[in-house]
Amino acid sequence: MKVIVPVKRVIDYNVKVRVKPDQTGVDLANVKMSMNPFDEISVEEAVRMKEAGTATEVVIVSIGPQQAQETIRTALAMGGDRGILIKTDETVEPLAVAKLLAKVVEEEKPDLVLLGKQAIDDDSNQTGQMLAALLDWPQATFAYKLEKDGDALTVTREVDGGLQTLKLATPAIVTVDLRLNEPRYASLPNIMKAKKKPIDEKAPGDYGVDIAPRLSVVKVTEPPVREAGEKVEDVATLVSKLKAAGAI
Amino acid sequence: MAVLVIAEHDNASLNDATHKVVTAAAKFGGDVDVLVAGEGAGDVAAAAGKISGVRKVLHADGASVAKQVAEAMEALIVPLMDGYDAVFIPATTMGKNIGPRIAAKLDVMQLSDITDVIDTDTFERPIYAGNAILTVKSSDAKKVITVRGTAFDAAGEDGSASVEAVDAPAGPFKSEFVSEQMVKSDRPELAGAKRVVSGGRALGSKEEFDRLIVPLADKLEAAVGASRAAVDAGYAPNDYQVGQTGKIVAPELYVAVGISGAIQHLAGMKDSKIIVAINKDEEAPIFQVADYGLVADLFNAVPELTEAL
Repeated sequence: MKVIVPVKRVIDYNVKVRVKPDQTGVDLANVKMSMNPFDEISVEEAVRMKEAGTATEVVIVSIGPQQAQETIRTALAMGGDRGILIKTDETVEPLAVAKLLAKVVEEEKPDLVLLGKQAIDDDSNQTGQMLAALLDWPQATFAYKLEKDGDALTVTREVDGGLQTLKLATPAIVTVDLRLNEPRYASLPNIMKAKKKPIDEKAPGDYGVDIAPRLSVVKVTEPPVREAGEKVEDVATLVSKLKAAGAI
Repeated sequence: MAVLVIAEHDNASLNDATHKVVTAAAKFGGDVDVLVAGEGAGDVAAAAGKISGVRKVLHADGASVAKQVAEAMEALIVPLMDGYDAVFIPATTMGKNIGPRIAAKLDVMQLSDITDVIDTDTFERPIYAGNAILTVKSSDAKKVITVRGTAFDAAGEDGSASVEAVDAPAGPFKSEFVSEQMVKSDRPELAGAKRVVSGGRALGSKEEFDRLIVPLADKLEAAVGASRAAVDAGYAPNDYQVGQTGKIVAPELYVAVGISGAIQHLAGMKDSKIIVAINKDEEAPIFQVADYGLVADLFNAVPELTEAL
């Protein structure tokens, strides 16, 4: 089966974000950017499917500025076959991302689109589900385990209270959760090889999709700061403090 | 104006998350109706009718929505939206799964995980793991919203709304429920628990997690949580994960054991009323948010604490 894996370039997981003093957003100047961690898990899963012979081709798609090409290269170094960069410097909301991806799907005709369950910048957790709706495809979000079962997919999902298993007709949308796999680090030879893999460059206009935002930022502020309390000497002191505070 | 609230339940009982979403919906304004979609969930529908401020309960009963799979929920909810200005959905795994699907069908941008309603177009929500708070205005005519439960008080139960049957959608759908493995537990549910004891990577193994964290939680009648690192290492199931990509909790008492306090973890628990941290590294960031910090070897301190309670 042919697999499309969309990837997003986001602020690195380890960077502490700072809100801009003018409250228009967060400061991204000179901040380390990386592939969204959940997207690394989806790339890894697609590459493993290819290694296991269940996937025939893995196409990496990113929507973003020119630098998003680096994110695509990272995914290609992990084992993706080729890339598509839909270049824009605008903020593209999940609904518009899903519409662009739906057009890519119409052209590429994959059997599976594997996405991260959420991006760690806007924490929206929407794109996969929206893409499934636009295409009228079945969806399995928060995948813990993914198996090909003839023409169908059996997906076990992380849900509140435990796990749920669904059977999906293909083509299908799957969004991945933390425990699905442990993404690999690309080896140096594979990084070199990835430089030669093709990346098509497109623009949102090529797909005729209106990416005008539906949401506008009123302001972005710092969350209330929680003050550090006190250090206690020992367990007995802790217990008496908790009793005094009415916590136990 | 009218708002549709989607009930969180397991066909047997109504989850408290629903009451919190009703509070958020009431703040939005207009009539509040609750949709209970399930199979044999008559008791849940009756319970939803008791939530204060609810106008009526819509009850869809059928096998297709028994497990609230996304495709069937979309087929049920999207046509109902003709009569509503907004749909408010709990930001549970159920809500996160179905909300964007409904939004895309209505061609609107969902507002995820809101923590406040400013007016009928403007909402507050955390971004970047709660390190920034976004106030955002929507230009869409209809609103699709998921609600962070910890940000709203539960609505009371002095209502007496009527229950009206609506048809469950006829299948088949392109996805089908196969099975589920639910963890049976007498413990309070993590998302709504009054007390939470969470363990981190410093526990070193699943055995030590079970040996130290579980008895302390038992003594405190607390839910058990875990850091992402502990989940990653296999010490605890993913369902226990507290943080940006796991559950958001705000209990009366949160005890963090062997958790360093990465920003992603703090995002999930920093609104707790009282935070206790036990960690042998006195520089651990968790101490910056803890009301009571104990710098100690958890392998000694935790059994001692369990004993002392």
